[in-house]
Amino acid sequence: MRSLAALFDRWTWTMAWRDSRRVRGRLLLFVSAMTVGVASLVAISSFGDNLESAVDGFARTMLGADFRVRSRQPFPEETEALLERRLIGELGAEESRRISFTSMAFFPEGGDTALVQVRAIDGVYPFYGCFETDPPEAATGFQEGKRALVEATLLSRFEASVGDTVRVGSIDYTIAGALLKIPGDSSTTAIFGPRVYIPLAEVDASLLQRGSRVSRYRYYRLDESVDADELRAELKGHAREHDLRLDTVITTQEWMERSMARLRGFLNLVGFVALLLGGLGVASAIHVYVRQKVGTVATLRCLGGRAGRVFAIYLVSSFCLGAIGALIGAALGIAAQGLLPLVFGDLIRLEVDVAVSWTAVAAGVAIGIAVAVAFALLPLLPLRRIPPLLALRATVEEKPPGRDRLRWVVAAAIVGCIVLYAWWQSGRPVVALQYTGGLVIAFGVLALCARLLRFAARKVLWRNLSFEWRQGLANLYRPGNQTVLLMVSIGLGAFLILTLYQTRLLLLKDLSLSGGPRPNVVLFDVQDDQVESVAQHVTESGLEVHESVPIVNMRLTSVKGRDVGELRDDRERRIPRWTLTREYRSTYRGALSDSEELVEGEWIGRADPAAGPVPISLGERIAERLRVGLGDELTWDVQGVPVHSVVASLREIDWRRVSPNFFVVFPEGVLEDAPQIHVLIARAESQEAIGALQRTTAQRFPGVSTIDVTLMLDLADELLDKLSFVVQFMSLFCILTGLLVLVSSVWTSRFQRLEESVLLRTLGARKGQVLAIMNVEFLLLGVLATLTGGVLAIGGSWWLAAFEFEIPFEVAWAPVGIFCAGLVVTTLVIGRLCSRGLHDRPPLEVLRTEV
Amino acid sequence: MNSDDAILTLEGLTKSYTSGARTLTVLREVSLSIPRGEACAIVGPSGSGKSTLLGLAAGLDRPTSGSVRLCGAALAELDEDQRAELRAAHVGFVFQSFRLISTLTALENVMVPVELRGERDAREFATELLARVGLQERVDHYPAQLSGGEQQRVAIARAFVNRPSILFADEPTGNLDGATGHAVVERLFELNEEAGTTLVLVTHDHELAGRAGRVISLTDGAVASDRRGPAPSREG
Repeated sequence: MRSLAALFDRWTWTMAWRDSRRVRGRLLLFVSAMTVGVASLVAISSFGDNLESAVDGFARTMLGADFRVRSRQPFPEETEALLERRLIGELGAEESRRISFTSMAFFPEGGDTALVQVRAIDGVYPFYGCFETDPPEAATGFQEGKRALVEATLLSRFEASVGDTVRVGSIDYTIAGALLKIPGDSSTTAIFGPRVYIPLAEVDASLLQRGSRVSRYRYYRLDESVDADELRAELKGHAREHDLRLDTVITTQEWMERSMARLRGFLNLVGFVALLLGGLGVASAIHVYVRQKVGTVATLRCLGGRAGRVFAIYLVSSFCLGAIGALIGAALGIAAQGLLPLVFGDLIRLEVDVAVSWTAVAAGVAIGIAVAVAFALLPLLPLRRIPPLLALRATVEEKPPGRDRLRWVVAAAIVGCIVLYAWWQSGRPVVALQYTGGLVIAFGVLALCARLLRFAARKVLWRNLSFEWRQGLANLYRPGNQTVLLMVSIGLGAFLILTLYQTRLLLLKDLSLSGGPRPNVVLFDVQDDQVESVAQHVTESGLEVHESVPIVNMRLTSVKGRDVGELRDDRERRIPRWTLTREYRSTYRGALSDSEELVEGEWIGRADPAAGPVPISLGERIAERLRVGLGDELTWDVQGVPVHSVVASLREIDWRRVSPNFFVVFPEGVLEDAPQIHVLIARAESQEAIGALQRTTAQRFPGVSTIDVTLMLDLADELLDKLSFVVQFMSLFCILTGLLVLVSSVWTSRFQRLEESVLLRTLGARKGQVLAIMNVEFLLLGVLATLTGGVLAIGGSWWLAAFEFEIPFEVAWAPVGIFCAGLVVTTLVIGRLCSRGLHDRPPLEVLRTEV
Repeated sequence: MNSDDAILTLEGLTKSYTSGARTLTVLREVSLSIPRGEACAIVGPSGSGKSTLLGLAAGLDRPTSGSVRLCGAALAELDEDQRAELRAAHVGFVFQSFRLISTLTALENVMVPVELRGERDAREFATELLARVGLQERVDHYPAQLSGGEQQRVAIARAFVNRPSILFADEPTGNLDGATGHAVVERLFELNEEAGTTLVLVTHDHELAGRAGRVISLTDGAVASDRRGPAPSREG
């Protein structure tokens, strides 16, 4: 308690101030490592707050209305009637309709085709916000007749312009304007296909046949007196029954806030790693500082200072340092905040006004100080145990200090705070524990690797080395060295960046099919009666048809004898709702495909429906979700016809292969007469052949979509690129922290180096030799740190590849090598820069100052 | 001597260190008593246990056996912090290696013991003491800007600033050359005499020891002789 009181004593603060004289610059350098972490927290939190306020105003624009009803199916008659009676009749709402689907668009002038997202609208949608088009009047005028709005990027890609024609299905539309901006959409949405808006009344009905993937929307503008959320509650029962989704501004806002919070929480957790690394830097710097203060502490104790009081002086110093570091970090964070919209621009759907969020600044500063003090406590606690007798004699023989329980308490408190912080950011205790566990393991493994590598280097390289190499190596073990800390911080940064990089490369490589003999063209939505002619067309175009896959749409009506409606409403069921209500796109065939493997049961290729329940095969995961196994019965509604089935086998499916995969596969002999559509898989030898096929197919079979898989690969690359940029940006904070720890550590040992340098030169070493020793030290540090991070990154990406993505693993040596070499050179250069001037001073000058 | 008059009483004081299986006894059964106001020198060759004795007497360490009574308090009954408070209230120190705090000016160094007691008005007396040791022009200098003799004079001023009842000096001239050491000793005895402080001086310099009224000689950790000489006379 008295130690606590000493913290608030004016003298303690005065002494802390006096005691820091002449080392303040150096101490500030110590905390600089921490500033980066605080900066990232402040920048991200402040930006996050900006995002939240932007979301508040944006949700209405995003929804484009007060109330929305959406469905994957045509609206049932009773829904139509309900909406008409309740919303339009009784509440006087204004209605607008939209349907969205994917289709091929053909530009006859240039002969180009592209897969686009078609949005057919009717009415004045959007009620809030508006399309930005060139010319501006096209935004509303396109609904008159067969006219279309086409995304500007698509027009410029095909060098098409306003007034040209675009064909969707079998209907030609005059391009009324170029779409510049769509309220509520981001450019990320465009990755899944450029958007084309057409009037709902002018849609080619053949594109909306059964089996096509069409989303249907109704938008309503409500009178101000109507509470949209109450309306939502009122219609909930009906919506559940008919599998409709109801959205209001509030639900949209909540959804956006949830996704923003996830993004923000994730980024904050990455930033927090940098702060923790900074905290380790502070701990290590305070450790070195405290070692120099042992004499002062002993003297103060001798002169009558209580242990707690003396300890308080240094705790106050650490607090002040933490506060200064955190404030500088906050200032940097505010400055960096302006950059974040550039980093996240493409991932976020809204325009954000950058404003400083003082709550975020306060939280960042408080967290920064807490981290600095918590980490400083570990090296400070032993100060309490410095015996006053040390003032009389340089060394004191005493009993081994024994375990200081308080250190364990502090360490446990630090871990506890990390868990709490992660919980706060992620909102999920499991994630918090995983995050903390992951960090502890990562730090532990890095520290262990660092020690092992250091040990190995020492053992293996020690003998037969030149003097410079042996000295440089020995410097890694000098008393008060920060070798392990540097290796952990630089290594962790390298580990994060390289793991992300490697994993991304592996994913892309796995997706990349263009070089191999695998199919690279997929033709969707081929009607039953078109299969032969489309296949013939593909063959005539010089492509090879690999397979034609029939697709039959069906819905589940009962699972293990229980009605789906009953299961859906049963809160205890623990079966995900979507598995019960979704429309299953199933196929039938006699054999397993290349991308499947039988894991349980017996594959039955042909069955007779008259002989009892049809033996079907389920994907392993969907069976797990539905909680069914071999022998369980499922009943399907195949477009009006009930079909009883029994699970005969379970399959493991490789979903990444370019072939249509199915949750449910029926045997031959059952579904042949059911209404169905087909998917044709083909392979083209050149990009030109794919382009030609797309053009001719769009003309001859307007409803068929031809997808160039290589193009999808480019889009996936683009998306991965954007995501990994954000994460790599955050990982850079870790590297930067590591380099700052390096700077401060080199400065800390500056005097020691000066002494060594003078001693060596007095003993006859040339300046070149002294410099060579230093080069060896920094080179080894850089190599060992990068190697540790690199080895872990390879291990990490192997783990991800093997267990998370289940893809083949290989190391991209060239880029990994270039990155590692760059990091080693950076370490060397920074080390050299910070030691500049050390070796220019004449030995005598230094020896004299020493006396 | 009546031990009630004694400011420092040591009884059967033994200190041993254990290193592995070996036990090294540095002090053996030392008993002595120092009355208030006495100037006492403890002499002996290196390794005879002088500094250990000083450390135990000032409560900087705990004996293996025996007891210490300082300024009326049995040190064995006090914990670390209570012993520190006792020192802050009654004890002054002069060290061989000065032990000034390098980040504090001469004046601030002198003020520390008073400030440690929680008092704030030390500046005037500290300045006066610095003037007494001839450093009135050097009050704002840092230790690194002072010579060895000047640093030890600052240390002497610091030792007297809390008006101690007893002053422990550990080889105060050990790091100084002859002339400088002589001047420093003069200041020390001068201030001591004026303040009527008890002085316990550890030294291996017999000439310096001769300035004290009583000389206790240690050999191999035991008291070899304890003699009182004529009252110290002022020279030069």
